[in-house]
Amino acid sequence: MRSPLTKRSPLTKRSPLTKRSPLTKRSPLEKRQLRAAAWFLAPALLLLLVFFFLPVIAGLLLGLTDFDIYAIGSPGNARFVGVENYARLLSNDVFWRSLGNTLFFVALGGPLSVAVSLGTAMLVDAKLTRLRPLFRTIYFAPVVTTLVSVAIIWRYLYHPRYGLLNHVLGLVGVGPIDWLGDPHWAMPAIVLLAVWKNFGYNMLIFVAGLQAVPAELYEAAAIDGAGGWRRFRHITLPGLAPTFLFVGVTTMIGYFQVFAEPYVMTQGGPLGSTRSVVLFMYEEGFRWWRIGTASATAVVLLLITLAGALLQFRLQKERA
Amino acid sequence: MSRAAGIAVLLALCCGCGGDGGGVTLRFWAMGREGEVVRELLPEFERENPGLRVEVQQIPWTAAHEKLLTAHVGEATPDVAQLGNTWLSEFVALDAIAPLDARIAASATIDPADHFPGIWDTNVIEGRLYGVPWYVDTRVLFYRRDLLAAAGHPDPPADWEEWRAAMRDVVAGGGGARRYGILLPLNEWPPTVILGLQAGSPLLDVERGYGAFAQPEFRRAFDFYLSLFRDGLAPPVSNNEIANLYQEFARGTFAMYITGPWNLGEFQRRLPAELQDAWATAPLPGPEPGVPGVSLAGGSSLVIFKDSPHADAAWKLIEFLSRPQQQARFYELTGDLPAHKTAWETTGIADDPRARAFRTQLEHVVSTPKLPEWEQIATRVFERGETAVRGASTPQEALEALDRDVARMLEKRRWLAEKGRRP
Repeated sequence: MRSPLTKRSPLTKRSPLTKRSPLTKRSPLEKRQLRAAAWFLAPALLLLLVFFFLPVIAGLLLGLTDFDIYAIGSPGNARFVGVENYARLLSNDVFWRSLGNTLFFVALGGPLSVAVSLGTAMLVDAKLTRLRPLFRTIYFAPVVTTLVSVAIIWRYLYHPRYGLLNHVLGLVGVGPIDWLGDPHWAMPAIVLLAVWKNFGYNMLIFVAGLQAVPAELYEAAAIDGAGGWRRFRHITLPGLAPTFLFVGVTTMIGYFQVFAEPYVMTQGGPLGSTRSVVLFMYEEGFRWWRIGTASATAVVLLLITLAGALLQFRLQKERA
Repeated sequence: MSRAAGIAVLLALCCGCGGDGGGVTLRFWAMGREGEVVRELLPEFERENPGLRVEVQQIPWTAAHEKLLTAHVGEATPDVAQLGNTWLSEFVALDAIAPLDARIAASATIDPADHFPGIWDTNVIEGRLYGVPWYVDTRVLFYRRDLLAAAGHPDPPADWEEWRAAMRDVVAGGGGARRYGILLPLNEWPPTVILGLQAGSPLLDVERGYGAFAQPEFRRAFDFYLSLFRDGLAPPVSNNEIANLYQEFARGTFAMYITGPWNLGEFQRRLPAELQDAWATAPLPGPEPGVPGVSLAGGSSLVIFKDSPHADAAWKLIEFLSRPQQQARFYELTGDLPAHKTAWETTGIADDPRARAFRTQLEHVVSTPKLPEWEQIATRVFERGETAVRGASTPQEALEALDRDVARMLEKRRWLAEKGRRP
C-alpha cells in the first residue's frame, strides 16, 4: 500500500502550483487539451444538469408548494406553503406505515440479500466447483429478467391453494399460508422475491472481491492450522471489507427505493402492508396528483437514505 | 453523435412523408377489453368516411388514469378517448376536454332522450356536457333465490325492512351452518355510498366544499348499514378475507351481494351447474316501501380532447359509435351494457331476466359527487366505516372524522372558490 503513496508525493509537493492563476500559466498544449476535454465532457455534464440537477432542484422547490391537479390545469393555482407538506407528511399515518414497511424491507431484505450473495459467490468461486460460468449465468439470470414476467411466475408460486410453495410446506405439515393476501406474510413474501431477483448482481461483485484476496494468505493460515470458519472469519471477511462497504451501501439505497416488487405483486395491499415509501410517493404524485407532498416525500426519503449511507461509511471507518 | 442525429432526422423525415396523403388519422384511446374489440367496428366507419383513419391505442385499465394525465401534461393527448364517467370532473378541472353542448344540439344522431337520465347526468359538469355515454354500468342485488325462497321470501326484497327481514330469515334458516344474509366487504365504498344516496344524502356539500356525512340523511343509512353487522346479518370481513367469492356464494355462506354487470358472466362461468337456476338479480331495495332504491351511475363516456386538431372528425366517430346498431354490436362483442336504450330492445338483452334488473335499475341511478377528489374521499368512506363496524369508534365519531377528512381534502377547492377561480 505504501508504494503508490510515495509515487504520488512529488505531485503533492507541487501543489503550490495552484496558487498561480492556472489559466495564464498553462502551456498552449495544455490549454488545447483542456478545451478538448471540456468538449468531451460537455454532453455528459449537460445531460447530468438537465436530467439530474434540474429535476432535483425542481423537486425541492415543488415540495414547498401545494402543486396539485388544479395547478396542472393552471399553474396560478399553486400556492407556496413552506414546510406544511412536511408537517402534513409527518402527521400522516399512511406515510408512517409505509416508512415502517420500508424499514422492515430494508432490515430483513438487505442483510439477507448480502448473505445470499456472499454465500453463492463463495460457492461459485470455490475451487471444487465445476461449470462456474454456467452457475454464474444461472444466478445472474433473475437480475436481467423483467420483473413483470417474474412476478407472474411468483404469483403462481405464492398461490394459497395451487402454489408450489404451499405444496412443499404441506409436505412437511405446515398449513397453507396466504402469502400475498395475509397482511403478516405479504411483506416477507415480497422480500423473498426481491432477494431472489437481486442477489446475482451483488454475487458478481463478491466474486470479484474474493478473487482479489491473495491465495497465499489462505495457504499460510491452513498451514498454521486455521479451519474453514476461521479462514472465512479472519481472511475472507477482512479481505472483502471494501466490497462489503460498496455492496452494503448500494443494496441499502436500492432497497430503500423498493417500488416495482410491491407495485406489480400487491399494489401495496393487503391493508397497506406492502406499501413502501416510494409506492406511497407514487400514489401521492400520480394517483392523487399531489405533486407537492410527493416531492416532499422524495426529499424525506433522500435524507433517510443519506443518513443510512453515512452511518455505513462511519461504521466501516471505525472498523478500519 | 452527428451520424446518429443524421439517422434520427432521416427517420423523422420518412415518418413525415409516409402519411396517407392528405387524410386525417384520428387517435383513439380505449381501455382494456373495449380497446381490444372496438377495432372490429371501425372498418365500417372508415368506409363511410374516406380520408379518415382511426388509430386505436389500447390501454390497460390499471394504467389508464396515469397515462391520460401524463399525456395531458406532456401535451400528447389523443383526439378522442374513452373515460370512466367518474373521471370526467378531473379532466374538466385540468381543462383537458372539450364541452360538447353545441355539437349535441346540432346532432341528428345523438338524442339525450335515448339515454338513461342518471347516466347522462354524470357527463354534465357545472352545467356543461363533456362526454357521451358509450356503455353503462350500475350495481344491483345478486341473490340466491333458493335460499331466500326457503326462508319464506319468494320475491326479492323491495324496501329496507323487507331486506332486513329476508336476511334475518336466511340466517335463522341456516341450521347448523354459519350463514349470512349479505356480503358487504369492508374495503368497498359502493355499498355504504349507495345506501347513503338511497336515504337522500348528497354525500358532500359541493358548493361550500365540505362533507355531509354527519347529516341526518347519511346517518340514517349508516345506522342501517352498521345494524346489519351488529345483528350478525353481514360478516365483518374485507374482500381479502373472502378467498373465493363465487365458492362462498355457491356454499350459501351469504345469500346476497351488491355488484355489477361484469359478474353476470362470472357467476355463470364460476358457479356450479346445479346452481345456475338458483341465483337471480334484482333492483336494489329502497328505504321506503314503494320508492325504488337508487344505485350508482357508472360506465364509460367518449370525450374529445381540447388540443385535438381534428375535433370534427372525432365527433363523427362518437356519433358513429353512439348509433343503436353499433351499440348493439358493441354489446355482442364485449357484454358491456349499451348506453342507448334502443339497443336494449334490438339485442334482446332486455329479455334476459337477469339483465332486466339492470334495465330497471338504470332508470334510477345517481351520480357520485362530481369533483376530482371524489375517488380519494370514497376510500376514506370505507376506512372510516370499518372503524365503526369494528367498534373502534361510535357511528357519530366515525362520520365526524370522515367530514373532517373531507374538509381537509377540499381545502384547495374552497380557496379556489374564494379567489373566484373555477375549481
